[in-house]
This record gives sequence, C-alpha cells and structure tokens, in this order.
Amino acid sequence: MTTTQEISLQTEPFVLNMGPLHPSTHGVYRMRVTLDGEVVLDIEPMFGYLHRGIEKLMEERTYTGSIPLTDRLDYASAMGNNLAYCVAVEKLAKIRVPERGEYIRVITAEMIRIANHCLAVGSMLNDAGALGTPFFYLWNEREKLYDLFEMLCGQRVLHNYIRIGGVSQDLPDEFLPALEKFVPQLHKFINEFEFFLKQNEILIARAQGVGVLSKDVALNCGISGPLARASGIKRDLRRDDPYSVYDRFEFDIPTGENGDCYDRYRVRMEEMKQSLHIIDQAIKKVPGGPFRAKVPQIIRPPAGEAYGHIEGPKGELGFYLVSDNSIAPYRCHIRSTSFINLTALRQMVKGWKVADLIVIFGSIDITMGEVDR
Amino acid sequence: MTTALSAKEIVSKLSAKFPEAVKEAGADSVLVKSASLPAVAEYLKTADGLKFDYINYITAVDYYDYFEVVYMMTSTEYNRSVTLKTRCETRNRPSVPSLAGIYQGADWQEREVYDLMGVTFKGHPNMKRVFLWEGFDGHPLRKDWNK
Amino acid sequence: MEIDENKEYIYDSYQLDCDEGKIIEQMKASTKKSIPDPADWIDADLKRNIVLTSLDWVIDWARRSSLWTAICYPACCGMEWMATLAPRFDGARFGMEIMRASPRQADLLITAGTLTWKMAPNVRRIYNQMAEPKWVIAMGACGISGGIFRSGYNVVPGYNKIIPVDVYVPGCPPRPEALLYGIQQLQKKIGRAKAVPDLSELPNPLNELPNPLKKDKKK
Repeated sequence: MTTTQEISLQTEPFVLNMGPLHPSTHGVYRMRVTLDGEVVLDIEPMFGYLHRGIEKLMEERTYTGSIPLTDRLDYASAMGNNLAYCVAVEKLAKIRVPERGEYIRVITAEMIRIANHCLAVGSMLNDAGALGTPFFYLWNEREKLYDLFEMLCGQRVLHNYIRIGGVSQDLPDEFLPALEKFVPQLHKFINEFEFFLKQNEILIARAQGVGVLSKDVALNCGISGPLARASGIKRDLRRDDPYSVYDRFEFDIPTGENGDCYDRYRVRMEEMKQSLHIIDQAIKKVPGGPFRAKVPQIIRPPAGEAYGHIEGPKGELGFYLVSDNSIAPYRCHIRSTSFINLTALRQMVKGWKVADLIVIFGSIDITMGEVDR
Repeated sequence: MTTALSAKEIVSKLSAKFPEAVKEAGADSVLVKSASLPAVAEYLKTADGLKFDYINYITAVDYYDYFEVVYMMTSTEYNRSVTLKTRCETRNRPSVPSLAGIYQGADWQEREVYDLMGVTFKGHPNMKRVFLWEGFDGHPLRKDWNK
Repeated sequence: MEIDENKEYIYDSYQLDCDEGKIIEQMKASTKKSIPDPADWIDADLKRNIVLTSLDWVIDWARRSSLWTAICYPACCGMEWMATLAPRFDGARFGMEIMRASPRQADLLITAGTLTWKMAPNVRRIYNQMAEPKWVIAMGACGISGGIFRSGYNVVPGYNKIIPVDVYVPGCPPRPEALLYGIQQLQKKIGRAKAVPDLSELPNPLNELPNPLKKDKKK
C-alpha cells in the first residue's frame, strides 16, 4: 500500500557469555559471543579454567616421573601423549627402542586413535542434535577398546603404559588373539554406522558447507591433524616425518576438499578404517625379544635440547625439552594440538548462527586439558 | 622425512640479505637479533626455495641471564624445518617484536609466553594474559618466581 | 548488520577481565580451612533427639531415588563419569536419569575434575544456584585434595575449600563401579537424614565466609 510507512527496526548487537560450565562446550571453555539476533558477529575465547601448570610441575619431577602428568593432557586419548613425550626424551638422550617395543607402541597408538575418533564423531553428532543414539553406539565400541587396554596395562583411561626406551610390561598372551577377533567386528560396525549416516539429510544439511576453513588460513594458523586434512593439506607426520616403525606400514591419508564440518566427519571415519588396516599389518609382524631398552629409572640426558613430535589423533603433538644434565628437565614446552587448532575458530564462525557455532566447535574436536595444560 | 636445515645452511642463505643479524647457535638452530626478526621471518616465509609457511611452536626459556624465545617453522612444500632463536638480556620488562602479522598462529602463543614468562611482544594486537587472571602476581614459569 | 572483518569487540574486555580477577583474588585470600561435612553441622545433642517418622522415610526415599546431576565435568574424571551414564554401567537404574543443564533443576553436583582458582567463583556460583536439598560428591583425587597437581600455582587443594562435600570417591580416575558405590553411600546418607528441619536456622559455616559474589548494596 502506498500510504504505509516503512518502519525500520533498529537493532543493536549484544554480548552473550557462554560460560565455562556449559553442556555443549567440551569441558571448561568460555566464550563471549557478540550476536546480532541469532547471527554470530564475533567471539572472544577465554581459557585458563583448567590451567594446572603442568609445564612447571614437570620441572620438579624426574623424566620418568613426568609420564603420568602427560597422561592428563589430552585425557580422551592418553596413550598418544605418553608416546610423544617418550619420543622426545629418546631423541634427547639418544636411546634406541627395541623392535618389539616399537611394534607394541604402534598397535596401542592406533587403538587410541580409533577410540578418540569414536568420541569425537559421537560428540559432534550429539551437538548437531542426534542426542544420544550415535554417541552411545560409538561409546560401546570405545568400551570394548577399554577392555583391551585393561587387559594390557590394568587401566581403562590414563594408561601410563609407555616408558622411555619401550613399554612398561610385555603383552599378555591373550591380548593379540582378542585384538585379532575385535578388528573385523569393528570394521563391520563402522560400515553399518556409515550406511546410516553417510547420506542422512539432517547431517548433510547441518554439516555440509558449514564452517569452511580454507587451506591458506589453515596453514597460516598452524593447524594440523584431521582439521587440516579436511581442508586439503595433505600432511601426516606418520608419512612425512616417520617416528617409531611407521615407515614399514602401508596406509592412505584421507583428505577432504571443502574444509567444512561434513568433510571433517568423513576424514575421521576414513582414518578409523586406515588405523584398523595398520593394526592388521602390525599384528602379523610383531617380533619377539626385549620390549624395553636398558634405561635406568632416573636418567640424566646430556645437556642440550630436542623436539619430538607425533601425529596424535587430534594433530601434531610435540614436546620441546631442554636439559642441563640433571635428573629433571630444565624446561619442557608442550606443543599442544587443541590450543593451536582453536585459533581458527574465530574465522570459521563469523556469519553463522548460534546453533552452527556449536556444531563447528564440536567438529574441531578439542580437549580442554590440552588447551590449558 | 622432515629434515632439519642445519645452522650452516640457513646462515649461508640468509647472510646475503641480512648480514649482521644472523649467526649460528648450536647444530640446528640460528640466533637472530630481535630487531630484525620480523624481516627474517617474512623472508623465510615467502622466498623461493624456502617457503616456511607452517609454524610449529613459539616458546621461551628462562636462562638466568637472558630469556630466549624459540620459534620453529616447517615448509610443507619442501618438507624441511628451521629453528630460530632470539634473546632479550633484561629481566625487567623484556620485549621482542611480534610475528602476529605474519603468522596468525603466533597470536595466542605469544600471549601465552607473555602470561607465563613476562616477555612482551611489540606490535601484538591484543597483549593480555590468557591462562591466568588479570591481577595475578608475577609470571609463574620464571625461575625466580616464588609462591 | 554487516560483518566487519577487522572490527574488534564492542565491549572493553580488559575491564571485565580485571573485575573478574579481583573476585578470584578475594576468594583465594579468604579460603583457608576446609568446610566441614554438612552432616556434622547438626549438634550432637540434637542428633540423638531426632527420630525418623514415616513421613521422613517417604521423603528421603523419594529424594535419594531420583538424584539429578548438574553439569560439572572440567577434566579427566569426566570420561569415567560419562562411562557411568553410558549403557554398560547404567547410571539410570539408580535414578540418575538425566543430566540437567541448569543447576536450578538439579540436586546433585558430581565434581569430575581438577578445580583451579580461576574456576572457583564459577563453581561456587553454580552451587549457590542449586535449590535445597542439595548434595555434592567429590570425585577423584583432584576433587578430594588436589591430587597429582596439588603443588600447582593455580590448583585449589580440594573442592571442600569452596563448597561443602558429602561423599568423597577416591581414584585417579575412579572406575565407574567405584563411582556407583559412592552414589549408593550418598543414598544411604540421605536415608538417615531428617527430611524436615529448616537448615537455615542451624549454624551454617558457609554463612560466615565472605561471599565475594555478592555486591555491596551501600555505595
């Protein structure tokens, strides 16, 4: 109608605090979100709510005594942290690990990678709205892996199994047959799971095209792991900078093209299959012999520095150690994946709605123990 | 295999362009004067044959006489890595130029170094504490910090 | 509204951070002793005179059979707490059906993780927001006494410095069976309590502590 005046609505952005204890933030993570209605304009992440000072505590303990502390960093995949720390100390002290120890390390590292991806995919689907069902199905598989870990070292989570120079105990006799029985079961489960979810309309609507991270931004920020591979960066430390005996196994490196949440989900599912393939090859070739090098309980590496890193389930996890020939490290810096992967969140989220913010945050897969250390 | 470029190679590549700023520090790492650090980092990132585009970590170590800030970069194209170090001699308000404009990943890592060690980074857009609260007394990871 | 790539935040984040820092320092300065077990607040004489009536028995049964937990899973114990609610060690068969996101609708706080000084005012605020009757289970070594991180500069040595705790479950992390045993002990403790007395009349150690979260009205 010509007589109707146009009423323009004056809006103002407002700031919402998504506090430290929140059901969708994985742990104690806080953001101040600047919103215009439902659209996110800006976020200000704030951490430190789980900052326990692990780097300072490690200066007061011996090298072997710091291994339980490293467990508590990325508590969703504890075996990987032990491995990264021991790789760094062995580089510093120039210790060679015997063959059997290396094969056991590879098997446990791949098992914990599968367990971590189960949790990551489950919680991302939980955040997207599938409240409970895929999460509990995947958690069941994680519990079966917990059973295997308990058979191996007595602990379900926070294993404290890998030592400097090898592993702490030998494989029990029933471990390898149980693992051989488990691998085809898990393969079948992943295929069934993908059958239901790969072409699911709701998942595609909520995850495809959402939260795109371009390749240049990812490289500039230092992103690694499945997050980088989903953006097209074909970099995996197991192939580019092999540690342990990874150069003897054949495996593919799945990458995505668009860098959105759906690609990250696909990359993680494919990585689970590749890990099963590596475990299959490793089980057949485990040699006999000692599982640990002759290393004293309290070691004194020569003065110097070293940086050892592994391809953890979330990305590149590294330890920078400086030693002054005493029983404790002079300085230990933890290059933590989640802290650096979180740098990209602000750029991925601008312009999306609050519900998408939750899904994007869930698809990065962080653990606050690693962010805050 | 990601080969670490040895100190001699890096110094030979950089000494033509930055004659006074660079010298060896150990077998694998290079000591850079703090004033020319941004220029060296920019050159390492963009020059042909170098292309160090991925930053691994930024950290600082407290040797009692000086603070040493350590940077490690990797080139995804040529699969090589380089370690740079720079020193600040003062204990009272040490400061180093910031690389936040060149590498976006340097932003929070430099804030962490400021929070725990006390080294400020000139030119950083948001130099605030990240893990501890404003009003915390001191910088805990220093060797002379007592509770 | 258009989104400007280069625009910084519209509020002064430094000022907000400074205010929060002051609250944390006040809380740190005022917490010296542990808060005692809530069951000990009742005078010993009073305890002997309390006889549970059948009404109390019914109310206690209702309270202990449907404990709903509030969210507090900062760290690693959260993994084992999630495992307790998962299908294998089903927490729902003990009445812990749902995890309520809002503390106003919950009556149990299971603290699954290390407490840091930066986090302490927030946990205190969530405890204050829960409605009576409420209980707290301190899970894991970090919840009891600070655990492996006790000598850290940012770690509170135990949750009982900040909020009163009813049951302590040791372990690092405690197995789901251990946590279920702890929940059963709490249910027994609720079964012994007199359901009806007005707790606000009894001396309450929490009221004597300065509460930094309350703003002064006279200014």
